[in-house]
Amino acid sequence: MARLSVQSLNALRDQLQAERAGREGKCRATVIVHMGTCGISAGARQVMTALLGALEERGIADVAVSSSGCAGMCSREPMATVQRPGEAPVKYADLDEKKIVRVLDEHVIGGSIVKEYALAMGSERAG
Amino acid sequence: MQDLAHHILDIAENSVRAHASLVVIRLQERPSEDLLRLEIIDNGEGMSEEMRRQVLSPFTTSRTERRVGLGLALLAQAAREAGGDCRVESTPFHGTRIVADFRLSHIDLKPIGDLGETMLVLAVGHSDTDFALEIERGGGLRRFDTQEIRASLGDAPLCSPTGLRVLRGHLGEVLGTRPTHPYGLKESPNAC
Repeated sequence: MARLSVQSLNALRDQLQAERAGREGKCRATVIVHMGTCGISAGARQVMTALLGALEERGIADVAVSSSGCAGMCSREPMATVQRPGEAPVKYADLDEKKIVRVLDEHVIGGSIVKEYALAMGSERAG
Repeated sequence: MQDLAHHILDIAENSVRAHASLVVIRLQERPSEDLLRLEIIDNGEGMSEEMRRQVLSPFTTSRTERRVGLGLALLAQAAREAGGDCRVESTPFHGTRIVADFRLSHIDLKPIGDLGETMLVLAVGHSDTDFALEIERGGGLRRFDTQEIRASLGDAPLCSPTGLRVLRGHLGEVLGTRPTHPYGLKESPNAC
C-alpha cells in the first residue's frame, strides 16, 4: 500500500463525508461522474451534461451531482457511481448520454439497478 | 481530446485535485502576434521543482502522484501541433500556472469547442471550488465567475434546477450564446 499523505487523507475524508451525507438521506441520491483524463476523452462531459439536462427537465432538486477523478478502469469510461441513501454504491461503465438518463430514471429515481450497464457495487479506494 | 474546451476541463480537474479553492481560466486572442494564449491558474498545493520539470512528460508521473497524468502532456502536444508550446510554473503550497500558446492561424489549431458546457460541468461538479473564465478578444474582456453565482443563489445548490438555470443564463451572457437545448449550451465551433 502506498504511503498515506495528508492530501490522500483529506480526499478520503471528503469522500466519506459526501457518502455519509448521501446515506443520511439529505439527498435522494448522489451521482458522481468520473472526470479523469480518460473519462473526459471518452465522453464524460457529455454524459454529465445529459444528466444535468434530464434533472432540469424533470424538475428534480434533491439529487446531488459531482465529479471525481479516474476510477481506475480507464478502458470502461465514461463511468459514474450512483449512491442511494442506505444502499451500496453502484458503478456504471461504458456510459453515454442515453444510458445515463436511463440510469437516472430507473435507478436514481426508480430504485432498481440497471444491471445491463452496472460494472460493480462498491467504491474504489481514495488516493 | 477533440477541442480546447475538453483540455480546459481536464486541466482544471487537476487543479481541483490539488485542492485549489479558485481556478482562473484565461483565454487571450492576440491576432497581431498570431497568438492564442490559454492560461489556467490555481491556488492549489502546487508542485516541487522536480515534479514541475517532469510534468509535461506522459510517462513519469502517475505512480506516486495520481493527480497528474496524461492530461498536461496532451495539452502540450496540442499546443506544439499548432506551432506553440506549453509551460508550467508552480510554487509549492501557493499554486500552479499553466500557459499554453497556440498560433491562431495554424491549420492544426483545435477548435475552442463548447466552453459553456465545460464551465457548467466544472461548476456543478465541485461545490468547494470556484471557477472564473476570462476571455480577452478584440480589446474586450468577458468574465464568468462562479463566486458571483453562488452568492446570488444562497443555499440553492448549483445542480438544482434553479442553479442550472442561473448558471446557463450567466454563461449565455458571457459567451454570447443562448441555451437552446436542454442537454447543454450549443455554440458554433470556434466561438470563443
